[in-house]
Amino acid sequence: MPEQPGKNAIEVRGVRKVFGAGENQVAALDTVSVSIRENEFFTLLGPSGCGKTTLLRLIAGFDFPTAGEILLHGQDIAPLPPYKRPVNTVFQSYALFPHMTVAQNIGFGLEMLGKPKAETEARVAQMLKLVKMEALKARRTSQISGGQQQRVALARALAPQPKVLLLDEPLSALDYKLRKEMQIELKRLQHETGITFIFVTHDQEEALTMSDRIAVMSAGKILQVGTPRDIYERPAERFVADFIGETNFLPGTVVSKQAGVATVKFASNATIAAGYPEGFDPTGEVTLVVRPEHADLVPDPAKGTIAGTLSNIVYFGTDTHYHVKLDGGENFIVRHQNSRSSPVTFGTGAKVGIQFEEDAARVLKD
Amino acid sequence: MADARTMDIKDQPGFRTIAVICLLVLYVPVLILMIFSLNSGSLVTHWEGVTLNWYGSALLNEEFHSAAKNTLIISVTATIVSTICATLAAIGMTRVKPWRGLAAAFMVINLPLMVPEIITAVATLSFFALIAGTFGLNFGIGNLILAHTVFCIPFAYMPVRARLEDMDLTLEYAAADLYATPWNAFRRITLPLLVPGVMSGAALAFIVSFDDFTITQLVAGPGQTTLPLYIWNQIRRPMTPEINAISTILLMVSILFVSISFLIARRRAK
Repeated sequence: MPEQPGKNAIEVRGVRKVFGAGENQVAALDTVSVSIRENEFFTLLGPSGCGKTTLLRLIAGFDFPTAGEILLHGQDIAPLPPYKRPVNTVFQSYALFPHMTVAQNIGFGLEMLGKPKAETEARVAQMLKLVKMEALKARRTSQISGGQQQRVALARALAPQPKVLLLDEPLSALDYKLRKEMQIELKRLQHETGITFIFVTHDQEEALTMSDRIAVMSAGKILQVGTPRDIYERPAERFVADFIGETNFLPGTVVSKQAGVATVKFASNATIAAGYPEGFDPTGEVTLVVRPEHADLVPDPAKGTIAGTLSNIVYFGTDTHYHVKLDGGENFIVRHQNSRSSPVTFGTGAKVGIQFEEDAARVLKD
Repeated sequence: MADARTMDIKDQPGFRTIAVICLLVLYVPVLILMIFSLNSGSLVTHWEGVTLNWYGSALLNEEFHSAAKNTLIISVTATIVSTICATLAAIGMTRVKPWRGLAAAFMVINLPLMVPEIITAVATLSFFALIAGTFGLNFGIGNLILAHTVFCIPFAYMPVRARLEDMDLTLEYAAADLYATPWNAFRRITLPLLVPGVMSGAALAFIVSFDDFTITQLVAGPGQTTLPLYIWNQIRRPMTPEINAISTILLMVSILFVSISFLIARRRAK
């Protein structure tokens, strides 16, 4: 995607962060470059230790990069201390000041910026309304629930109207239902305030449902940046496909390729057309990835592209997972959405065939 | 593991007996001391009847007044100065990048806890004698204040350091993130949250200074009698229950400060 200069809220250019010295050196970030657009809900997604929180801390100013630049609206902020950056953070632990009331917490940033008292009060009132906490403004932060603390932390970070809001796994301490509510709430706040959000999470579902774009990280590198649909349907690497959603991996051999589509032959001699990412040249033995919902079961093994034995059926309410032991020995999962009109006629132990939807299979870098 | 956890030491044979003996040995003498402060006779070993007269005569005693005044001047000053030093030391040792000699500094601060007090006392006495001999300087009661300040520092240091280590560092990051300069973050966030630790340290320092005997006995010059020294001098004469009354008053002050320190510590644990 072409970069649009001037439209980026944050540009990370060749940033490296090395912790420790000598033989104990660890590169938490290994030459990362990424552009985050204005008004975007951008997510850094990856397993723990992938460097996503380190990148967030570098943008916030709690750490300084070993090399590289971090531009905020074109200006390098990497050498600035955190209190000189128009960027605010919502911490995983919320980090509310325990000796202050809800309103004092929300007003703290404005007060430190030296805003007039009347302006601070008006803005605090506005923030309290935005996060629906007016009734509890005089409470100590220890006297409110986890979900309420979360809202106060958000209001406190939004009150100084930062250019960028950083969120470090802010929902991980909440229970499932509250988390779902807050996901919608966060999207609403981002929409209403028009502030660029950079959200860090290890929860792929959270990332898919909330983000405009996602950067998938692993071992200090960004593997892929794209919309949730891009990332899910056209993963660039095996790690991305594996980390996001459920995926089947199948071995095969490339027999020919043409215009980004390879013809791959299975051990059973059946062939399938599979797309592959730009800049990747698949040859010889490759791994195909297929999402479980992009495949279907057929009762006649001969009618499927590949065949196997149904080893397990797992019912999930909204859908059913069929575990198939392929004739080649691999396991393959087919997800079938349950509906009133689709009676299940398969039983474990049955020989079945698996058909693929068009464009279901992709060849990926290992 | 389950066995170890369900095992209750209270069920061990002899537990109760040993516990009762310990408590008796600890508290019976103190209790007798307090009871005899109410004795209407003039002996501290022979009970005659109940009176509050000894408290009256203690409170009217000029020497007691002067000793109490000296004690308060020394303890309060030593408490304030040592608590400030200890707080700064604790901040300098927890809120900075680790530096060479950090472990050594920690040792040095806590050394007075490990050195036998009589050694410190002799060393302090020699030190002041040397200063007086070489430079002709004598700080009067300042000598005692200085000596007390020094040995109070580790006592004040420990609760402050514990508090700083317990404190969530993210709070200071959050303050910096919300545009607080390092000084403002310290003034508005770290310091208010540190107050319970500082109070607790100050209370501890006060008690340690308030009832110090060994160092004070060696360093004190004429006219610098503190309460513990006064009591010591009194029991070398024929003892009257007045000394019990004075001791009881001292004990009450100590208990008051220990309770304050404890209550503050408990409040911060909540």
